[in-house]
Amino acid sequence: MSAPVLDVRGVVKTFGDTVVLRGVDLSVGEHQVVALIGGSGSGKSTLLRCASLLETVDDGQVLLDGEDVTDPRVDADAVRRRLGVVFQAYNLFPHMTVLDNVTLAPTVVHGRPKAEVQEEARAMLARMGLADKAGEYPDRLSGGQQQRVAIARALGVRPRVLLLDEITSALDPELVGEVLAVVREVAAQGMTILMATHEMGFARQVADTVAFLDGGVVLESGPPEQVLGDPVEERTRRFLARVIDAGRL
Amino acid sequence: MALRRRRRPRPQLTTVPPGGALPAPSPLELSRRAWRRRRARRSTLVALASTLLFAAVAYLVVTSAPGWPRVQATFFSPSVAWESLPEILSGLWLNLQVLVVGGLLVLVLGLLVALTRALRGPAFAPLRILATGYVDLFRGIPLIITLYLVGFGFPALGLQGMPTSPFVLGTVAIVLTYSAYVAEVFRAGIESVHPSQRAAARSLGLTHRQTMRIVVLPQAMRTVTPALLNDFVALQKDVGLISVLGAVDAVRSAQILVGQSFNFTPYVVAGLLFVLLAVPSARLADAVTARARRRQQSGGLL
Ligand SMILES: Nc1ncnc2c1ncn2[C@@H]1O[C@H](COP(=O)(O)OP(=O)(O)OP(=O)(O)O)[C@@H](O)[C@H]1O
Ligand SMILES: [Mg+2]
Repeated sequence: MSAPVLDVRGVVKTFGDTVVLRGVDLSVGEHQVVALIGGSGSGKSTLLRCASLLETVDDGQVLLDGEDVTDPRVDADAVRRRLGVVFQAYNLFPHMTVLDNVTLAPTVVHGRPKAEVQEEARAMLARMGLADKAGEYPDRLSGGQQQRVAIARALGVRPRVLLLDEITSALDPELVGEVLAVVREVAAQGMTILMATHEMGFARQVADTVAFLDGGVVLESGPPEQVLGDPVEERTRRFLARVIDAGRL
Repeated sequence: MALRRRRRPRPQLTTVPPGGALPAPSPLELSRRAWRRRRARRSTLVALASTLLFAAVAYLVVTSAPGWPRVQATFFSPSVAWESLPEILSGLWLNLQVLVVGGLLVLVLGLLVALTRALRGPAFAPLRILATGYVDLFRGIPLIITLYLVGFGFPALGLQGMPTSPFVLGTVAIVLTYSAYVAEVFRAGIESVHPSQRAAARSLGLTHRQTMRIVVLPQAMRTVTPALLNDFVALQKDVGLISVLGAVDAVRSAQILVGQSFNFTPYVVAGLLFVLLAVPSARLADAVTARARRRQQSGGLL
């Protein structure tokens, strides 16, 4: 058994007096897809931000390929270069075309030849149904299209692990299917993925492991059928009941 | 871990009750904090040492210059400085008054002009054009020319009740110029509020005025406060220009003293006093900018 690609150990994160994470343990193995579920405000985004070094943790460790990236001595930029992140609110650069958004990091950060990167980016955009949008500016795209560009942008750097923060929450139901297919394809190609999601159906289909975040800890984790179908913890049960009521399972 | 795809792992349970106090920081976290402290201390020391070294070199170079003794006597004479201080200070009191009165008027007039320029609809076109013309005019004219035109032109009209005091006329000139700048700052702030905010407010039934007052301006204020404070610092030194109208302010007092003693030290004293006046505002501007940054939740580490 190889070491996990991403290993979160006892991570604590507070904002002032609010304790958001109080000792989260979570590991994502090579080629694994882990879905992070939990109520709104349970800290899913915070955990992903800690893992991508956008926040400093207040205790605990995050290991990327066995390296402690929460050590203040590590070069955070170099670590982020090995990660792909898609945010809840796309965060595309509004002053650049779709193609420039996707090719920015591979060319500027990784120094790869522009022509090669552009060709790759166009192919990726085409796979995501955005072939004709390459020259468009993000403001002129629908929310769903913008989110797909954001995924393409994150994949452009060939990350070690892809962190997805509720990438489907802004998409129309029909587009969810498309993006799901893209994520599944990416996973099948061996990408390691940690994703926060409210879509239990999505988690069930794509994830190998589902982790339920509650009260600042991973309360329960395991295969989707088990955690989503027959949870051990009472709180997980209640959360899922609420989600089913909302019609999202 | 790669095996997990086929062999599903047992569910792992954690039984930490939600809520309650956090445990004490782990040794790892403590060592990280210690390292960050050490690094902060080291950078402070490096900064301090390099500053001192630079100051020492500058001091040695200047004091070893052949003309230094003469410069020291005519620009940095402690006795002249001490004697000139009371008069310059009382002059500075006039500058402070212009600053406070002028500053407040600038805020009001600047905001009014900005709001006028933000009015929509063809009915307001004349007002908009007027406001735009005002801004173009007074942003373009050097302050000193406005001072001369207002300070000497207004009294020359000989109108009944026209104030002749250089204090009033100087303040008017400064307000005219600075309001044009500040109006542009406000306008940039108003335009920086995303149109979707306006759409949301109007679709709730708020009028243009209500939208401005309740939704747009409060958000605009946050963005423009640092820029406004920056303009305030600039205003603090520009109030010294009323001396060209003959107002006996800090600069004029210094000028008189220089004329009497043929020693330039009073200018240095006045200059230092203006710097002292500007430092608190500059630090306040920094603090406000920093606070605005922190308030944007998603700032995080970057
Ligand atoms: N920068 C911050 N300052 C203060 N509090 C914060 C900050 N960021 C997040 N929080 C708080 O941390 C908690 C967790 O937020 P987080 O965004 O991680 O939740 P989430 O699980 O992603 O929720 P959602 O499903 O709605 O996206 C919330 O209570 C939030 O108010
Ligand atoms: Mg979130």
